[in-house]
Order: sequence, then C-alpha cells, then structure tokens
Amino acid sequence: MEKTIKATPLLAQHEKEHAKLIPFAGWQMPLEYRGILEEHRSVRRAKGLFDLSHMGEIEVTGPGAGAWLDRFITNKLEALKPGQALYTVICREDGGILDDLVVYRLDGKFMLVVNAANTRKIIEWLEAHKTPEASFRDRTEEIALLAVQGPEAQAFLQPFSSIPLDSIGYYHGAEGKVAECPALVSRTGYTGEDGFELYVEAARAPRVWEALRAREIPPVGLGARDTLRLEAAYLLYGNDMDETTTPLEVGLSWVVKLEKDDFVGKKVLEDQKRAGLRRKLVAFAMQDRSVPRKGYKLHIEGKFAGQVTSGSYSPTLEKGIGLALVETGALEVPVKEGTGIQVEIRGEPHPAVVCKKPFVQGSVKRGT
Amino acid sequence: MVPENLLYTKEHEWVKLEDSKARVGVTQHAQEQLGDVVFVELPKKGAEVKQMAPCGVIESVKAVSELYSPLSGTVLEVNPGLADHPEKVNQDPYGDGWMFVLEVKDSKEVEHLLPPANYRELVGVTP
Repeated sequence: MEKTIKATPLLAQHEKEHAKLIPFAGWQMPLEYRGILEEHRSVRRAKGLFDLSHMGEIEVTGPGAGAWLDRFITNKLEALKPGQALYTVICREDGGILDDLVVYRLDGKFMLVVNAANTRKIIEWLEAHKTPEASFRDRTEEIALLAVQGPEAQAFLQPFSSIPLDSIGYYHGAEGKVAECPALVSRTGYTGEDGFELYVEAARAPRVWEALRAREIPPVGLGARDTLRLEAAYLLYGNDMDETTTPLEVGLSWVVKLEKDDFVGKKVLEDQKRAGLRRKLVAFAMQDRSVPRKGYKLHIEGKFAGQVTSGSYSPTLEKGIGLALVETGALEVPVKEGTGIQVEIRGEPHPAVVCKKPFVQGSVKRGT
Repeated sequence: MVPENLLYTKEHEWVKLEDSKARVGVTQHAQEQLGDVVFVELPKKGAEVKQMAPCGVIESVKAVSELYSPLSGTVLEVNPGLADHPEKVNQDPYGDGWMFVLEVKDSKEVEHLLPPANYRELVGVTP
C-alpha cells in the first residue's frame, strides 16, 4: 500500500498559484485556486487548464497486444484506427466493474489511461492475466497529463500546437508538439465542453503549463472538475460505479459489445440483459435549494428506493443535482423522467425529480 | 482579518454583543476554509439554541459543515438574504453574511468565548 503522498510534476506551479491542495488517490492535487464556482464558470463560458497527472498511463506492446486487451475490455478494440481512442470498462468475471478507462491505439502500441485510484489494481489485474504475446509497463510517473477545456479551447491552444487542431476529431489524438514539447494531443475530456488532453513527458510539463498560463488561461482544480463532469452526467468510479455494479446497471451498455468474442464478464452481462435490470442509475435535480450528497437515501412514493451515488451543487443550474442507483426491481412504479423522488437530507425529505442526462449540454464535439 | 469588536468560538463563529442580543456569523477564516458557500440552513425564529450545540448547516460545493451557536438563547432574527445569496457568507462574512440574532439567555456564557487575540492565535493570523 502506498504510504507516501506523490507530487505531480506541476506541484510547484500549484503552490505558486496558492492552490488549496488536497490528497487525492495518493497524490497531492489542487482542489481549487480562486474558487470552485468561478473555475467552473470559466470552463463553461470560455476555457480552463487542468493538471491531471495523477491519472495512470499503462503502455501495452507486443504482437498480441490488441487481442489480449480485447479479452478484458467490454468495448471493441479491433476497429480502432491509429490515433483513435476508446472509452470502455474492464469487468470482473461476475460483471462488476474494475475501472472505466480510455484506450488509445498509438504507433506500435496501446495506451490505457486509468483512474488514479485504480492504477495499481489494473496493473495487478494485467499481471494476473499476462501472456507472452504482450507486455505492459506502468508509465504514470513519466507521463504528465494537462487538459485544456472549454468552448474556446481550440482557439486558445492552436497557437501553441504544431498540429492543426481542427484535424483532430472527437476521441482521436495526434502526436506533435505543444509549446515546443512533444505531446500526444487528443480531443477528449471530462467536462462536457470541447477540449483537449495533452500527454507530455513529465519533465516538460512545467514548461507547457507555464507557457499556457502566460497567455491567461485560468487554472482549474479537482473541485470544479467534479461539478463540471456531474453537470455533463459523466460517471465517477468509486461513486457511480464500482465492483458491485455492472456496466448495464449504470447506463454504460453502450460500451459493452456483447457481439464480441468472449471477454471477462461477458456471460454474466448477457444473463443480466436477458433477465432484465433490477437497478438503474438515474439523474435527478432537487426542487428546493438543498444539496444531495453521496450516500443520502431516496424514497419513491414512500418506499425506500436507493441511494445517491454522486451529488453536488450545479453552478450552471444553481440547484442541487445528482446521480442515484435506484432499485427499480423492488419498486412498483416505473422510474423515468419526471418521476418524483424524496431525498433524505439530515433526516428530512426534500423533493427532487428524475431528469434527462446530461443536466447541462456543453460544447463537446461528439460525432465529429 | 479578525475584527476587534467581536468575540469568537473555536468553531470559527463570531459574535457581536448588542445589549441583551447577540448577532452571529462565521469568520473570514471559516469562509476561506469552506470555499464557495451554496446553501445555508439556519435555525428558525423562536428556536432555542444552546452554547456550542449545532444549530444549522453551511453547505459549500464540496462539503457540509455544522453551524454552532456561540451562546444559549432564543433566535430572534434570521438573515433573509442568505437564502437567495449564500455567497454573502464568502463576500462579507462580518457584514451582509451575518446569520442570526439571538436573545442571550445567560450573559455568564460570554466568558467561554475567545477574545480577538486568542482567536488570532487559533487561526495563526498575525494582527
């Protein structure tokens, strides 16, 4: 078990900016700089710069790498073109989710980008399932990850980028230079806005950060990263999904390709699909001024219905919003958009309503 | 910033004694620690509050914090502006961000409050 806290290559920069630092998944990370609300609004309206170097990067090589990875990921790797990225989950045999991740097909290799808290777990899983056909390496400490997100992200980043950014489609990446440093630039993100994630060598990260900051892009911490992703109804591992939930239950059936050859968890997922789901992740918004939080209980028509998995204040909608795992199998009423629910907050019921995802539609360029 | 004309609690509330009444809020240090305040749950008018017992809740984006009453008594007034503008707690914690006014039950309880110098020491502020 990791006992010491790790620093990203940009810790000195965060300290210079007087960021409020917090330990997160074993890393010292910036929670906020000027305030979560202001940082959130910067990204929704214009742009923001994130340090995401705590994320894990695992490089997979070898002649059988693709086929090997396809045995674990639920999504289909084979059709991926060079430079293309894929969002997927890896499941256990019982269908429980080990992690959600992005897989990049790069030149002669694959790169898995996993949650910081699950890096060790996924490395151990790969180790337990290894094959002579593929090798893998944890490159987390060598690779820094910065993100530029917001409707103005492309316009802001283009002067720094050797790659014409409009040639990079959604969930695609290209290798080139940013601020004269070699980088993998992908049009991906976790905010619901258009934007890019920049993978650079750890030692060069401060240079890239400072070059971008010098042109006045506001730094944004993990606090606003969470409110942004929640408004976009993106899931957070450890909250909205974990080893006790299957991808079908949390609305990720779109990353589960049951027509694939066998992959870990396939049988259980097929059985679950056939039998019907007994739990479902729903989005809801409060109808008063209260704020739902993880763990708060829900009731529907007087009956216990489940728990909040993620909850916060939405700076855009100016009310509390959340995701909840609802025990639909135990309820008599259908749970759909418009269904009223009561969220128990400090012993009192507060009214909320099931709503559509996302809560806020940002500038993310899907389908390009 | 720790005004001289107020008294303080170790839970970062401030108290302004106004004859038999006391006006209550949270300090500059508190609002900095909390971050952006998005919701404040205040005791109701007429409610009985007890010294250092939780009497409300302050919600910031990331967390829920208890509000403690610095003195025992009856709540006379509650700041109506905070329902629509909870950010006043961040912007003006000693002014517009005031939370409630209570009728002091036992003035001897004032001895348990921290004078400005002691509070400054608690939060590590140089005068």
